[in-house]
Amino acid sequence: MNNEDILTDLAAIVEEVAGVDAADVTADKSFVDDLDIDSLSMVEIAVQAEDKFGVKIPDDQLANLKTVGDAVKYIGANLK
Amino acid sequence: MTRTLRPAEGSPGARIVGIGSAQPQRVVTNHELAERVDTNDEWIRRRVGIVTRRIAGPEQSLVDLASEAGGKAVADAGLSPSDIDTVLVATCTMPYSIPHSASQVAERIGITAPGAFDLNAACAGFCYGLATASDMIRSGSSGHVLVIGAEKLSDILDWDDRATSVIFGDGAGAAVVGPAAQPEIGPVAWGSAGDQYEVIRTTDRGHIFQEGQAVFRWATSKIGPFARRAVELAGLQPSDIDVLIPHQANLRIIEAIARQLRAAGARDDMVVADDIVDSGNTSSASIPLALDHMRAAGRVRSGDVMLLVGFGAGLTYAGQVALCP
Repeated sequence: MNNEDILTDLAAIVEEVAGVDAADVTADKSFVDDLDIDSLSMVEIAVQAEDKFGVKIPDDQLANLKTVGDAVKYIGANLK
Repeated sequence: MTRTLRPAEGSPGARIVGIGSAQPQRVVTNHELAERVDTNDEWIRRRVGIVTRRIAGPEQSLVDLASEAGGKAVADAGLSPSDIDTVLVATCTMPYSIPHSASQVAERIGITAPGAFDLNAACAGFCYGLATASDMIRSGSSGHVLVIGAEKLSDILDWDDRATSVIFGDGAGAAVVGPAAQPEIGPVAWGSAGDQYEVIRTTDRGHIFQEGQAVFRWATSKIGPFARRAVELAGLQPSDIDVLIPHQANLRIIEAIARQLRAAGARDDMVVADDIVDSGNTSSASIPLALDHMRAAGRVRSGDVMLLVGFGAGLTYAGQVALCP
């Protein structure tokens, strides 16, 4: 699974959880500042991403994922 | 010498035959809380979903609230207090541990010498109580059980803590469970996660405390799947659910559970309880309180297939399908 595929799946999760159009979920976007996603929605996104990608995203790691690109990179690096 | 004991004669099924609820008069708004702690109406609405909660004064006790709700449920069932032979109060906020509340509540309602006990499964208490009552009816231990979820969380709130003081409220909800030719209360799905016992607890000063993000993560990841399990155990599909009544913990958690169930096939027109908006989080009282309010508003009708899902401190959880009386 390459980063592009991860982004596509992650964008679908973000759209489902936070109601943000998947097309707006691009690597350079900040979850909080650009997509207006709060910490509770980030937890929900993490929970769904854990299911989807089979990775662990603990709360302390989650806090470091500022942009969509950060999340894609983290998921890519932790894929089994 | 081996002796064979005579088994009790139970009923093939159990059902809810009446419901009732009670809340304190006093409505506390988010604006009122914002005068005391650094918070605001918009933040509370967005993060928790609560607009108002009811708070009891010192003159109204947990036993008062439980008795009022229980008495209404008995009347709603068209029964008299003498028809009830067991009173079960689910609560985690009795101000003392001895004596328990159930005997006092029974006495107050006029139920003479019933079996009486309290049960502490925190916010999952009502579902644990309903499951216990259903099994008691089916096994023959009881003819009619009055199950009450009652809490006075204001007794254990730190009003200067903005993380918890905005969440909780006081109230009670009750159901009478009686015999039925067919089960109208499905098998319970329940479990616990004792490894996370510290994420919701009382502090050394006796105040309720929770690690919000950890609880949110647990609730949004584990509760949806176990709710589906409760549906399976009843022999139904998610699309059969007319009404979803999760514990009113946080509107965001409620919405997440509903979304997960719909992803698994639940209908778009499934009614989802949102009583937390007006009542706050009332722990074990929240499910019967929501049910009673929704029935009064015509959002739940007799015969509707309801999915009840309780979860909270322990951590512990329980859920079952039940038909609306």
